[in-house]
Amino acid sequence: MIAMSITPSFQPVMPKLKRYTMETLLARGVRLDGRRLDEIRNIEIVPGYVEKAEGSALVRLGHTVVLVGVKTDIVAPFPDTPNEGVLVVHAEFVPLASPTFEPGPPDENAIELARVIDRSLREIRAVALDKLVLEPGKHVWRVFVDIYVLNHDGNLFDASMLGSMAALLVTRLPTPVKMEDGYRVDRTRYTMMLPINHKVVSVTLAKISGKLLVDPTYEEEQVADTRLVVAVSDDGLIAGMQKTGMGSLDYKEVLTAVSIALNKAKTYLSKLEEVVVPYRARLEEELSKQEKAEETAPPQPAPRREHLEAETIEQPEVVEETVVEEEEGKEPE
Amino acid sequence: MGGTGAEKPTLIRWEERNGEKVAVRIDGRLPEQLRPIRIEVGVLGNADGSALVEYGATRVLAAVYGPREAVPRHVALPDRAIIRCRYHMAPFSTEERKTPAPTRREVELSKVIREALESVVLTEMYPRTSIDVYMEVLQSDGGTRTAAITAASLALADAGIAMRDLVAGVAVGKVDGVLVLDINEVEDNYAEADMPVAMAPSLDKVLLLQLNGVLTHDEFINALELARRGILEIYKLQKEALRKKYVEVETSTTG
Repeated sequence: MIAMSITPSFQPVMPKLKRYTMETLLARGVRLDGRRLDEIRNIEIVPGYVEKAEGSALVRLGHTVVLVGVKTDIVAPFPDTPNEGVLVVHAEFVPLASPTFEPGPPDENAIELARVIDRSLREIRAVALDKLVLEPGKHVWRVFVDIYVLNHDGNLFDASMLGSMAALLVTRLPTPVKMEDGYRVDRTRYTMMLPINHKVVSVTLAKISGKLLVDPTYEEEQVADTRLVVAVSDDGLIAGMQKTGMGSLDYKEVLTAVSIALNKAKTYLSKLEEVVVPYRARLEEELSKQEKAEETAPPQPAPRREHLEAETIEQPEVVEETVVEEEEGKEPE
Repeated sequence: MGGTGAEKPTLIRWEERNGEKVAVRIDGRLPEQLRPIRIEVGVLGNADGSALVEYGATRVLAAVYGPREAVPRHVALPDRAIIRCRYHMAPFSTEERKTPAPTRREVELSKVIREALESVVLTEMYPRTSIDVYMEVLQSDGGTRTAAITAASLALADAGIAMRDLVAGVAVGKVDGVLVLDINEVEDNYAEADMPVAMAPSLDKVLLLQLNGVLTHDEFINALELARRGILEIYKLQKEALRKKYVEVETSTTG
């Protein structure tokens, strides 16, 4: 099944009356939930939600809930980028999040979401991968960004992008311990914050009966002709884009949508500044205190998280899908 | 983008032509110039419709089967045809052998190409059926997804499937700060941005739009305009190729 992209046959039933109400309200510039066309739902970010992860964030966007965790390990770099760490973005649409999600390997929607976020982070070099090199060509950090959708009420792109950026911002790198044949990772002690060059967010617009809506709900996505996802960096550049969903946009609508997105990105970015940046600063402070303490006293083997043992065993990755996990962002064309 | 580890070639040379400074690309093209495009329709015997499209060294073959019975039956829709799409690269189409198993990239591209075709095919005319679109990249030199969608829409037309418009695609790139039309592989490897666009040219509708890279707002506006101009050129060639097939049929039956 995964070898082909097929018109989805499961279409949740949207009562005609509701669709009609939605369209009449839109004609007056109002949405079903009372929002203006360019209004983003309430945003909540909980940084550091999963303590075992090197970085994490729980994002609520209206009723949409996405959890993002960052894990790291040390691997050999790709041969064509010996002086760069490795970034991997993966998305899971877990079945508890929506009646439309089913257990199994990521479907085309999850793959698309992960790849769009991967590109948006990679192309502008949001993560300073060049600073993640232990020994050039031999040992570099690999950063896994795992996106977990917990409740699907539309606009998974923006929520996942915001969650990924927040999780990366609060990611601390564990201690690399030199061994005879490489490195192992001591996860009981952190050494530095993950170096970040840029903050990137995405703004999704849905087109419904000729109107462009920011931050669509699940219901709105069901009615929408199509959606445009625009990734915007903290310095106001377009860092990526993807038209997703059937249907089309008029040439002029694309231009309007991009202008709206560039403007609305500020809402997400300021939420990051407000909640996540201070959290990162606190973690940074803790790390520098720890460093000072160790200068005066030799490092104690007492781990701060006793229940965690330093991980030495390489767990083989569960390969359950026929889709080849390729090197993201390295398109063969 | 990825790069290949090798030394970066000079992608843009600035030359003096008629007293003006012009950017000349690594293959000698001007920024707003397409590669030589070759289109042939009806190239496969078994398929209901087929097309071969070349953008320079990029070569994509597309075939359409259908409308035919949708199997398994539960995937059929009562009020329209379903479209099944597969974009796939031949293992020998790239520098390094590409695994024949579908990659995540191919899964994504199959999806965005299907979604682009959904809004031009009059699917409501063929309820309970399946229209299968297969695209094989035989040789890859950049812009394969846009060549694939150009070929796919021709194969659909060749199969006699009712459509609102043809679809033509082209990728625009930003190379050494210069916006260039119809980006090739070398340019793509070192480009600051690669933006594949597909449109229904007569309807002026954008059906596929992706941006892989970084652009300013102004650059984006110019890049989209550049893509539209390229698409209109390709659209002319598409119509010519379709006509040519039927002219040939006519002469062969009357003569």
